[in-house]
Amino acid sequence: MKNKVFPHPFIANSTITDWKSMLCKLRIKNIQDLYSDIPIKFLLKNKLNLTGPLSELEAFRHVSRILSKNRSYPDMSVFVGAGAWLHYIPAAVSEIISRSEFLTSYTQYQPEASQGMLMALFEYQSLVAELLEMDVVSASMYDWATALGEAGRMSERLTKRRDVVIPRFVSPDRRTTLQTYIDPIGMKTVEIAQSRENGQIVLENLKEKVSSDTAAIYLENPSYLGFLETEIDAVAEISHDAGAVFIMGVDLTSLGIIRPPGDFGADIVVGEGQPFGNPVNFGGPLLGTLACKNDMAMIRAMPGRIISMTTTVDEMQRAFVMSLQTREQHIRRREATSNICTNNTLCALASAVYLSLLGKSGIRELSEHILAKTKYAIKKFSSIDGVDVPLFNAPHFKEFTIRFNHRHADDVLRELLEAKICGGKSLVSEFPGLGESVLTCVTELHSKQQIDNYVSTLDQLLR
Amino acid sequence: MYRQSRWNEPLIFKISREGAIGHVLPALEKEIFSELEEALSEIPKEMRRKELNLPEVSELEVIRHFTRLSQMNYGISLGIYPLGSCTMKYSPIINEKLASLKSVQNVHPLQNQRTTQGSLELLYKLEKMLREITGMHKFSFIPAAGAQGEFLGCLMMKAYHKEHGEKRRKLIVPDSAHGTNPASAEMAGLEVDVVKSDETGCVDIEELKKIATEETAGLMLTNPNTLGIFERNIEEIVQIIHDVGGLLYYDGANLNAIMGKVRPGDMGFDVVHLNVHKTFSTPHGGGGPGAGPVGIKKELQEFLPAPTVEYDSATNSYYLDYDRPKAVGKIKMFFGNFSVYVKTYAYILMMGAEGLRLAAEASVLGSNYLLSKLRETKGVAVPFDSGEPRKHEFVLSLSKLAKDTGVRALDVAKRLLDHGVHAPITNFPLIIDEAFMIEPTESETRRELDNFAKIMSEIIDEAYNEPKKVLGAPHNTSVSRINEARASHPKTLCLSWRMHKRGSRGA
Repeated sequence: MKNKVFPHPFIANSTITDWKSMLCKLRIKNIQDLYSDIPIKFLLKNKLNLTGPLSELEAFRHVSRILSKNRSYPDMSVFVGAGAWLHYIPAAVSEIISRSEFLTSYTQYQPEASQGMLMALFEYQSLVAELLEMDVVSASMYDWATALGEAGRMSERLTKRRDVVIPRFVSPDRRTTLQTYIDPIGMKTVEIAQSRENGQIVLENLKEKVSSDTAAIYLENPSYLGFLETEIDAVAEISHDAGAVFIMGVDLTSLGIIRPPGDFGADIVVGEGQPFGNPVNFGGPLLGTLACKNDMAMIRAMPGRIISMTTTVDEMQRAFVMSLQTREQHIRRREATSNICTNNTLCALASAVYLSLLGKSGIRELSEHILAKTKYAIKKFSSIDGVDVPLFNAPHFKEFTIRFNHRHADDVLRELLEAKICGGKSLVSEFPGLGESVLTCVTELHSKQQIDNYVSTLDQLLR
Repeated sequence: MYRQSRWNEPLIFKISREGAIGHVLPALEKEIFSELEEALSEIPKEMRRKELNLPEVSELEVIRHFTRLSQMNYGISLGIYPLGSCTMKYSPIINEKLASLKSVQNVHPLQNQRTTQGSLELLYKLEKMLREITGMHKFSFIPAAGAQGEFLGCLMMKAYHKEHGEKRRKLIVPDSAHGTNPASAEMAGLEVDVVKSDETGCVDIEELKKIATEETAGLMLTNPNTLGIFERNIEEIVQIIHDVGGLLYYDGANLNAIMGKVRPGDMGFDVVHLNVHKTFSTPHGGGGPGAGPVGIKKELQEFLPAPTVEYDSATNSYYLDYDRPKAVGKIKMFFGNFSVYVKTYAYILMMGAEGLRLAAEASVLGSNYLLSKLRETKGVAVPFDSGEPRKHEFVLSLSKLAKDTGVRALDVAKRLLDHGVHAPITNFPLIIDEAFMIEPTESETRRELDNFAKIMSEIIDEAYNEPKKVLGAPHNTSVSRINEARASHPKTLCLSWRMHKRGSRGA
């Protein structure tokens, strides 16, 4: 038998009594009369060809059956990051973001009735600001890549110049997203060399490439391939001497131990906030982090929502509200700094709860865990014959490269999968110059046993 | 009398107590711990962090803090939220359960596709549904939101024209369009031509004919438009744009009114974005995340960004197709906001074809019913009223009320909050003075609509008799009327605790 549609549990406005009385008030007989203005030729003659309606129980079974075809952590060891990272999410985070007062609210267009989310977002901005040592943090972007795209456009607004200088070993996904964002306004990327030996920016090459056309210099630390840059002060200086905007991309989970971008003199900072309390979700939603210095020109060039602490009109109460909305599309329209409106607010809330829970000592511990595990894993992998780990002679954080000297990377990854190990991301098409390499990552989630198991499996497999 | 919670809650930084912790990580294994010192020593001193000013708070304090904040936040679970063009409808709870399954949350996008067949199958099947609902040929799931869908749509339209050896630089948008439309066009490097609305609130056909030229890349249209009026000349509009070689873009923000009734694809649109967080009930989460999948007609399929989700019948498996040489560039990481799409898929399953059509009808019925009650109210006018039914939303003008009493649309909105209902969008679309844009959605019963109308009428009476009460609203929310100018003034701008500590006054 077919499930009943009318009334429908999700459509509160679907009882015969209500409908009859409303139609009566409208002095019409039939609901179709409300569609009388649509040209008849476009009105659908037949109903759509869709499965359903299913009851809640049927839908739950149907969807979970499809999803059960996935394999994932913890039934598999997953050593891949490269843009989204598996971390532990404290139960308190899920508890707070499930609260329907947050979940079922909209953008805070009526701030007096939305103080809860506004204050939480102000706290998110403030917590990330402390971590980055930057004053101004956007309420959220979609992900690191789009935050970089927006940062590129900001640099054009600030300098009226056209080039964004980026290092060779930047994430290709972030680079191409940046290009998509800046190309329509006539901007382009200019690549600079990084040492094949230790990954460091080749300063001479940077100086050659920087010109009066340079709008921004972008640097990632730790880099996409996991190595730490040590010449950041010099890059910042070159950037500022050239009158260019210095944009830094950071792994926020490293900032418990690594010197923050604000202290390096970064003008704009971008990064991925997903690791703080948000799951990887097959790639989305993530949480774009975008921050800038406390400089009015820069703040006015920022895209999207930013929450400000202020007071009520009578100055009796502290209050929070979206500020500088004249930058945004709903006011400025074509002259807006960006088209972004719906962002990733709930992910930012998760991040605020996560950072509050871990706090000062927890974030340092998290960074230390990851650093120690990276070191441990690199040492272990180095003991295997036939691999080079890592390809860059520098300290690494979270991500590191493994090159297979006698095997194809894709074959190795496939064979590892048989042992329920997702061993990393193949770098063969992204960086063919690095040989048969993969990018592997460890976080606090990976136990010594899992790392050891990966190493011994790989060792067996390469023999 | 409604009273929103008023916790005198300090910022999390002020709750901080030295030495408190809210979460512990598992102790490092001995062999790993012993690597820590060496690893730290390898990082040059000038690369190390000196201090970290994050708060120190116990788990209970964190829970209390954010739970109190939640009580100072209004959501659909508490009452009507009739923001026009935002479609704040009820989101089934089961969807949240499904989206929080391990098989959704823990799947990494770069895992071997053999291990992500469930996710790919769901996307593939959802694509089929979206194609059926819209009448489009193929979809990309990548855009994170409607605005990003518009950006992508503009890029694809540009790519299409380029492929045909043309450099068309202009996008036409109506004066009643959402702000994202012109903003997205500019982002994509297109110039904006604005077409006026005629006296019926629809695109002025004569004016459109003048504006449409060989320079026109396309027209971006919301239908029903932001006034809640169906563009009845849609066939002619499509013809005019296609005749000059332009493309039609459908802004899906208002699809809720027409699901199962009429399809953008059948009307002649070439590119469509959907706001699944509106139409398909994935909750807004305070402003996101949503998702803005984009559908296209066959002529544009090669420009869809990589990867697309495909099915290989030979191996009975799903895969991501990156082999798309003419695709526009990458617009974000990975394949789209997957967990949001799980909710979309479950919602459509539970609605079915009849349920979706019913939702559209119920939303239109509720909207027209509420309009019929409100139009009788003193001081309220219905601009562009040609006697035709509205769709899922309608726009009132409170300009007479403002002239009569000095009470403006914004003041009425604030006073509505005092009654435990959310306010509509105010002062948009820009073509209406003192606009009040109301979208009740199918989630509100006749009782709720009657209640809303009653409150409106009380407030308007109040405006005529006791205007101070309205001008001083809100009185019953967590805070009284906020000084928004102060929040944006360079002298008082305070965007973080860090800025506050350095002397930015803020509060």
